Amino acid sequence: MSVLTVERKVLEKNDSIAAANRELLKSHHIFSINLVSSPGSGKTSLVEKTIEFCRDRIKMAVVEGDIQTDLDARRVDVLGIPVVQIVTHGACHLEAALVSDSIKQLPLPSVELMIIENVGNLVCPSGYDLGEDKKVVIVSTTEGDDKPLKYPAMFRNASVVIINKIDLAPYLNSSIAELEKNALSINPDLTVFKTSCTTGEGIESWCKWLESNITRK
Amino acid sequence: MHELSIAQNIISIVQENLNQEQQHSVKCVKVKVGKLSNILVDSLIFGFEALTKETNLDGVVLEVENIPLTIRCKDCETLTSLDDYIFSCPACDSTAITLVSGTELMVSEIELND
Repeated sequence: MSVLTVERKVLEKNDSIAAANRELLKSHHIFSINLVSSPGSGKTSLVEKTIEFCRDRIKMAVVEGDIQTDLDARRVDVLGIPVVQIVTHGACHLEAALVSDSIKQLPLPSVELMIIENVGNLVCPSGYDLGEDKKVVIVSTTEGDDKPLKYPAMFRNASVVIINKIDLAPYLNSSIAELEKNALSINPDLTVFKTSCTTGEGIESWCKWLESNITRK
Repeated sequence: MHELSIAQNIISIVQENLNQEQQHSVKCVKVKVGKLSNILVDSLIFGFEALTKETNLDGVVLEVENIPLTIRCKDCETLTSLDDYIFSCPACDSTAITLVSGTELMVSEIELND
């Protein structure tokens, strides 16, 4: 019996396309985020609020990832921001190749912030680098405060956590403080924001953080 | 459920590593799967078997080596294998830790019948 030593990363192809995406975005001085969360935690609402708050100060473009429909892209399009919809037809995560095709359709020379909204799923997207600068995980109070403990890889791989729907916390059996503590126990380096897309609370500090990461062209 | 896509990536890497004569002599493919890589091993094996059916890799065994989650404390340098996902040092409670293993997802070896 003979053995071939391989020692290759299973996702090396995705990683190399992600590296090319990163290089392309960097060459246009674009700061990029990969928004990940479970379905219904408020990713698209946060994108809308971010656009409303930042549109006069930051030039944005959006890539929307969904399993079906272009509903999310339409919500962004209405706001007059360049957007490309990726429909994965059942696939549970975005891959770097899909993002590569999409960002090339956007007016990169005039973009300062690229928001990539991933498919709603707290498991699969965690392993796929898309070429973003920061992975931002959103977790809403309605999901329960134990979610970081149940989906540790996602919280470990993220740089930022946004605790959303804080306006609903008084009506729930979940605690914002406990949610934050659990997230930080998985990843103490997480930057934490607490937001409500309904009342607008916390949106300003999230947007200021985004703005502090933008390279002016 | 991204195991099918992972299985497809494994198969592509295996095929790229085989020369003409080795195409039909693969016995076993060994992969390393870290505890933090979000892979359900049974689904991965199921996907591998489904995708290799009636190909040159039909019947090849996918052998999974589970890699534990281990951390090293930056303060007291204790090396710990974690059962739970609590990323702090059990010796001194420090949260300044580095991941030593647990994120692996790689094809390590291909075993061939002679």
